[in-house]
Amino acid sequence: MEFNPSKFVDSLYYLGTGMVSIFIVIGVIILMTMLINKVFKDKKAE
Amino acid sequence: MNFLKDLAFLVEGFKELMDPRYIVMWVIGGVLIYLAIKKKMEPTLLLPLGFGTILVNIPLSGAIDKFAADGTLISEGPLSTLFGAGISNELFPLILFIGIGAMIDFGPVLSNPKLMIFGAAAQFGIFFTFCLASMFFETNDAASIAIIGAADGPTAIVVAQKLKSTYQGAIMVAAYSYMALVPIIQPPVIKLLTTKKERQIRMPYEKGDVSKTARILFPIIITVLAGIVAPDSVALVGFLMFGNLIRECGVLDSLSDTAQNVLANLVTIFLGLTIAAQMQAENFLKWDTLLILGLGLFAFIFDTAGGVLFAKLLNLFMKKKINPMIGAAGISAFPMSGRVVHQMGLEEDNQNFLLMHSIGVNVSGQIASVIAGGLILQFFL
Repeated sequence: MEFNPSKFVDSLYYLGTGMVSIFIVIGVIILMTMLINKVFKDKKAE
Repeated sequence: MNFLKDLAFLVEGFKELMDPRYIVMWVIGGVLIYLAIKKKMEPTLLLPLGFGTILVNIPLSGAIDKFAADGTLISEGPLSTLFGAGISNELFPLILFIGIGAMIDFGPVLSNPKLMIFGAAAQFGIFFTFCLASMFFETNDAASIAIIGAADGPTAIVVAQKLKSTYQGAIMVAAYSYMALVPIIQPPVIKLLTTKKERQIRMPYEKGDVSKTARILFPIIITVLAGIVAPDSVALVGFLMFGNLIRECGVLDSLSDTAQNVLANLVTIFLGLTIAAQMQAENFLKWDTLLILGLGLFAFIFDTAGGVLFAKLLNLFMKKKINPMIGAAGISAFPMSGRVVHQMGLEEDNQNFLLMHSIGVNVSGQIASVIAGGLILQFFL
């Protein structure tokens, strides 16, 4: 095991990419879910 | 004299105990068993893990494969066989995910889908811990350590196994121990990052109606979407969502019941014991293990911080404020994290019922953590 502090800076790319990716995926899931809810409304509610 | 020599095998094991590492591992196994029974911390995993730790650290243990000095296999051990049958191919955690999926009710998330954004924010700890861990470990090990922040045992096992991490034992112990310690880890972090006024923000719950069709379509669409984005996550997401589909379809009650109870319990027994095959003294008792336990704790702390700070950020732009504590529930430790946030809300204002919001966020954290695991595999496999 070696301590290599410069790798922290190199890894920030994955932090940025990972968080942007997960927000995009979850964002699409949110939109899809809202669409499903709108199209397939609960008949009892109507 | 020959008779005494013939009895020498009886003390051979005791001679091996001159190596104190065995005793240390017995103590660790005993601590895990104590935490499981006395403190009721994730007993379904910690008890088999603790007992398995003792099993594999008895000198010359027949529970694991035995090798000659030149590396040839002398005898097979059942725990090593089980490891090959269910862990090295990720089968056991994936089957367990069917049971977990059958246990989850996505209703709170479906009725208020915008809550899922906090599930995404609370995965910050995974990626930040990767940055920290990469200073000390190779990329595959750093990524496997980071996934402790997913706060999800099967995801951690699958990712660590696929990335061929050499620290699977420590990662499993960290993941499951910290999941059980959520009620201790999260509150101080939440209080540090929020004001009393913020913690008292009320969020009235309006029950939305979710159709059965929506409940059935949701797991299918999640699987397809996550699979297209991160193909390596198809097994993880797919098995979880399959479990949820057999719950929601309404025509497979017996299968759903089996998945939630018999299947989940059966696989959990095998999983806990088998993971212990990685808890051999020579693999576990290293300074690396302490560092991994520390990084795992950081992962949980930064997950909590990520969710809370994101909620505070949103509040800058929203007229109807969100109680930032619910961001902390985006960590995948279900349902503990949701309950912790609800309890903290009641402590600040005994009329502030955050449970449905926090559970909704908590459930979305389960989805987000599996997707985060898939992204980690996509980056580093």
